[in-house]
Amino acid sequence: MTTTTSAGTRKLTIARAMAEATAQEMRNDPRVFVMGEDIGPLGGVFGNTRGLYDEFGPERVRDTPISETAFIGAAVGAASDGMRPIVELMFVDFFGVCMDAIYNLMAKNTYFSGGKVKVPMVLMTSTGGGYSDAGQHSQCLYGTFAHLPGMKVVAPSNAYDAKGLMTAAIHDDNPVVFMYHKSLQGMGWLGTEKGATVPVPEESYTLEIGKAAVVREGHDVTLVSLAAGVHHCLRAAQALEDEGFSAEVVDLRSLVPLDRETLRASVAKTGRLIVVDEDYHSFGVSGEIIASVVEHDHACLKAAPRRVAYPDIPIPFAPTMEQWALPNADKIVDAFHQMMLS
Amino acid sequence: MQPTTEQRLWMYRHMVLSRYLEERIESLYMEGKTPVFNMAKGPIPGEMHLSNGQEPCAVGVCAHLDPEDIVTATHRPHHIAVAKGVDLDAMVAEIFGKATGLAGGRGGHMHLFDAKVNFSCSGIIGEGLGPAVGAALSRKLQGKPGVAVAFMGEGAANQGAFHEALNLAAVWQLPVVFVIEDNAWGISVAKQASTAVPRNDRRAAAYDMPGVHVADNDVEAIFSAAGEAIARVREGQGPTLIEIETARLAGHFMGDGEDYRPKGEKEGLKQRDPIPRYRKQLLDAGLLDDASDDTLVEGAHARVEAAIRFAQDSEFLPPEAALEAVFV
Ligand SMILES: Cc1ncc(C[n+]2csc(CCOP(=O)(O)OP(=O)(O)O)c2C)c(N)n1
Repeated sequence: MTTTTSAGTRKLTIARAMAEATAQEMRNDPRVFVMGEDIGPLGGVFGNTRGLYDEFGPERVRDTPISETAFIGAAVGAASDGMRPIVELMFVDFFGVCMDAIYNLMAKNTYFSGGKVKVPMVLMTSTGGGYSDAGQHSQCLYGTFAHLPGMKVVAPSNAYDAKGLMTAAIHDDNPVVFMYHKSLQGMGWLGTEKGATVPVPEESYTLEIGKAAVVREGHDVTLVSLAAGVHHCLRAAQALEDEGFSAEVVDLRSLVPLDRETLRASVAKTGRLIVVDEDYHSFGVSGEIIASVVEHDHACLKAAPRRVAYPDIPIPFAPTMEQWALPNADKIVDAFHQMMLS
Repeated sequence: MQPTTEQRLWMYRHMVLSRYLEERIESLYMEGKTPVFNMAKGPIPGEMHLSNGQEPCAVGVCAHLDPEDIVTATHRPHHIAVAKGVDLDAMVAEIFGKATGLAGGRGGHMHLFDAKVNFSCSGIIGEGLGPAVGAALSRKLQGKPGVAVAFMGEGAANQGAFHEALNLAAVWQLPVVFVIEDNAWGISVAKQASTAVPRNDRRAAAYDMPGVHVADNDVEAIFSAAGEAIARVREGQGPTLIEIETARLAGHFMGDGEDYRPKGEKEGLKQRDPIPRYRKQLLDAGLLDDASDDTLVEGAHARVEAAIRFAQDSEFLPPEAALEAVFV
């Protein structure tokens, strides 16, 4: 979806931005090619390869059988042999059938070769729920991927970042897991977060992997999140402003490497920390963020840090249960209120 | 193997019932999703994979199964659930996400579990095969009667799990039958573009088990092939792989534009709709007349309507119930 604002700035959805970055790199570099289920003529179930098949043809834009172990393993082999594959795992939830190729090969071959074997590949995968697809099609699993060493992990919240991170991921000589949240893709059928569709330059550019962004400045509390969670934080920050509080919002953008400096600087300024994560509560991103701040300087906090994360349950189908369990702006505002009371 | 009159009418009735269920789900699913199609909206949110056209596979196989036999199904499970005798009220309530549903609404349409008739399904392609093999092993170890059938789409035959499960079942000679519903498409990818063999039943040779092919979505040919395979496993003679040529008359899921289909394909498939075809077969054989057909169809429709009313009249669980049932 492309829209032009009155100022003439072109806005893109994340899906379009990913496809544009990929196309530009494919024009520049014959080593770049794409593989995955339904990424050819269909343009990807989530639209992020739209137009590529028409421009580059079936040799470089390859629909695969439903054989994730084989084609993700094949990407590892091709990447090690001088190509720069981009592969798609349609839903991150399907990692179960192919995780060995991802974390024992893609993520370890460089290390086990003493740095001699490069694995320059991008694994794109969709995350997130909120539309009643239940627990085999709605997870985020950010923490699962970020936990395993040897692969970079990015998760953009808007199209500008998505294009820059996608280009950077394709340029990177290391494997990069590019996690895109379904509700941000600009696919009408998944409901669309308007804030994710933003002006995007036509020319190619990169965004450094491993750099967070302060997307809203404030001094009373730091709200930290990634992908869809950033938009919940921005809404919460707006609501808090109406109450007379000023919230700073940090968009992590990358989980690996994690920009701990930006995080610590923000909390040092505000003295309060709320982490918002659509991934499971325990053993994940939210715990890591809090630890990263506290182990560095426990005295910077004026209140115990809080997290608004997904409870430790499989994601239910019924919309009543799912919506109740998901993070949202109200829960963030509540967490802030409780923090101020205690 | 020929079906009895009773079996013929049972198969026809369950096809009619399954189709009507899908038609009703289709229209209820669209409530709240027009003019803007947003999957999260309406009384049935989320993905919806209809089974229209694939009913012969379900009834032709399940006609040979008892409640104690095990079935694992896929993301497209309704026709199989209906034929396996899953509690229809609780199934439809689950599809609506209600408290009275099979899982109180936690699972939804892709995750239907009815332990009373040993039915389950999963949204992950190829992942029903291992559990079917294991259930067959369990029956063998416990000396209990019952066999297992794993249903899958033709796309699943390219998953590692398919090959591993067939080998395991064959090497241990377990009472399990693998049934591929070949509807020629895995979402937008045609079978011939993804599969190295034109017919997956040939892959049975790799595991030294019988491979059977059934053409043309033919109810009685499916009945016959499945009957022989299931009789063999009941006698302890080891697994069989069956591939059935069937037809997906709907999109991959609701909301699918289906632009990938060649022009005219869908119309052609609809002309070969297995339900009117079987109806005619039964009429020609004198097993059905217009009056008895009307009664059968009305009865099936009434059953579906009752299940839908049951679901609609049921409440949702309180949202906090999301926290329950993670462990027993
Ligand atoms: C492991 C895994 N990979 C991919 C998917 C996404 N997906 C859902 S249905 C489908 C196509 C399945 O085709 P087939 O097995 O032929 O069954 P059909 O949909 O035609 O009934 C795909 C790729 C999935 N659910 N699980």
